[in-house]
Amino acid sequence: MANKKKKLYQGNGACVEGAIYAGMSFYGGYPITPSTEIAEGCARELPKLDRKFIQMEDEIGSIAAIIGASVTGRKVLTGTSGPGYSLMSELLGYAYITETPIVVINVQRGGPSTGLPTKVSQSDTMQARWGTHGDYNAIAIAPSTVGECLTETIRAFNLAERFRTPVTVLLDEVMGHMREIISVPEKGEYEVFDRVKPTVPPEEFEAFAMTDNFVSPMPSYGEGYRYNVTGLTHDVHGFSTNRSDEATQKLDKLRNKIDRFTDEIFKSRLEMVEDADVVFISYGTVSRAALQAMQIARQAGAKVGSIQLYTIWPFDYEMIKKATKNCKTVIVAEMNMGQICHEVQKALDPSVKLATLQKYDGEIITPMELLEKLEEVL
Amino acid sequence: MATTEKQKSDVMLNYLRPQKKFPSVWCPGCGNGIVMGAFLRAVDKLSYKKDDIAMVSGIGCTSRMPVYLDFNSLHTAHGRALAFATGVKFSQPRMKVVVITGDGDALAIGGNHFIHACRRNIDITCILINNHNYGMTGGQGSPTTPSGAISTTTPYGNVEKHFDPCELAKSAGASYVARGTVYHYPQLEKIIMAAMEHEGFSLVEVISNCHTYYGRLNRKGDAPAMLEQFKDNSVTTGKAKKMEPEELEGKFVIGKLHEDNTITEFCNEYQKIVDAKKG
Repeated sequence: MANKKKKLYQGNGACVEGAIYAGMSFYGGYPITPSTEIAEGCARELPKLDRKFIQMEDEIGSIAAIIGASVTGRKVLTGTSGPGYSLMSELLGYAYITETPIVVINVQRGGPSTGLPTKVSQSDTMQARWGTHGDYNAIAIAPSTVGECLTETIRAFNLAERFRTPVTVLLDEVMGHMREIISVPEKGEYEVFDRVKPTVPPEEFEAFAMTDNFVSPMPSYGEGYRYNVTGLTHDVHGFSTNRSDEATQKLDKLRNKIDRFTDEIFKSRLEMVEDADVVFISYGTVSRAALQAMQIARQAGAKVGSIQLYTIWPFDYEMIKKATKNCKTVIVAEMNMGQICHEVQKALDPSVKLATLQKYDGEIITPMELLEKLEEVL
Repeated sequence: MATTEKQKSDVMLNYLRPQKKFPSVWCPGCGNGIVMGAFLRAVDKLSYKKDDIAMVSGIGCTSRMPVYLDFNSLHTAHGRALAFATGVKFSQPRMKVVVITGDGDALAIGGNHFIHACRRNIDITCILINNHNYGMTGGQGSPTTPSGAISTTTPYGNVEKHFDPCELAKSAGASYVARGTVYHYPQLEKIIMAAMEHEGFSLVEVISNCHTYYGRLNRKGDAPAMLEQFKDNSVTTGKAKKMEPEELEGKFVIGKLHEDNTITEFCNEYQKIVDAKKG
């Protein structure tokens, strides 16, 4: 352990390392600040590993290409920022309904539209849940250190393959460009999940068969199953349907495979929450400041705790309610005009007050700002 | 004679998913069926394995074709077929990747993907059925609707100019370009075979009839009448060379329009980098 290899990484670069570790072998992307280093890293590294990199003509083409590669059996990645994520919304919907595993890293910048290309933001939190039209459930996760950029990207691939669904990794400009020394993972150090393939012969195969965990085994193109993939609402064979019972069954499948496994997907870090009067709730870069503010407050004698969300979606309302039921106030801090705070509000016990710290000027939230907010509520 | 007919129909049945999705969404007399027949017989003659074929499409009447066929079928979003197909082909270069698309799908919403697939010269065969309008949504104007023609969104005549998909593909870097019509069936089958055997991006534009909308709105008659018009208005490449541009106005030049085997293919070029860089 003492001899473990250490290396200086940028957040975006650590995502590339994590993806490669997880077995990603196809990257399709389009340059956009502040995510471009992900594409550049893949362009440099993937050919050396006999894996594929392609720069597409736009973000719609990028997500189309990776979905195409995923149905042929590869683990696939694209990286982007808000404007590109908006374009990808179109085919994120296609990946949701066709249950195609893909990972999208969104290194957030200020919006709307072109917004603040080089400035930090967390204003795509809701877009990661509701970005494309129609009903579906989404998975989105957020790292807060460069080391976590690596490990959470591995987790993103595991979730995408396990649940046959798109997973969004929400970085932000600061997280993407921050540099830290991290441990280079060794082979076997982290679990890597590969998608479940069908074991039945092709004539018995149902492409979207109902299973105990609502996830259907997924063959690769070329393996003899010759099934149909369509963005139209489809039956268990993958053929379009207008039947209301089959439409209901399909959408329920999309919901249940994630909703009923929230325990498995949800990940958070609780620090000194048990006896806390005030609890910070945060995610991504803000969690760094929240932890520091908590420590300063504790040294000064205030009972302050912190909940960091690694999984943003699905949101675990029960867990938040349980963890905060004995505190007086929860402070939700995020770099937007208030997004996850609405979910926290829904989760909180009526006896617990909600306070918010919202910043949307393109600068990070500092520990001092959190301490000022703390003083207000104490 | 009877045996021959039976054998012919068996070829088709071998590649259809008859138990799954028939009848088709296409109107009686639609040219799409003729193109599908030509494509399947081409596949059969070339002896490709079904498992090795990925058929990718977008949205529109034409784009329903893969759903009826016993291949790896990817029915995607409007305009995006070539981008999906790029992912499939680049991921598994051993597969034969065929995109079936329409004029609206490929040239309007998918125009960007179209020119860039040509530019990469990636080994995909794109069969573009050009019926000069949007059929599925009910006869709206498309990028190939001729100037002056009537559609439900150009009720007083089209004020725009139209694309020539073959010229567009050639200028953008495609290495094989041909045009056929649904009237000239034997030629169409041969063109599709040549396109699929060609290594690089191949475009086959097929002039087809949407008698239900484009034909009706422009008083071109029923399906057989429109096929007769394709016969009368088509000029072979050989003959076209001897004609003046004014004489070619409103005519379809059919046959192989362009082939350049010196243009490098995308997947092959990437593989060279991999071979040079991999440890």
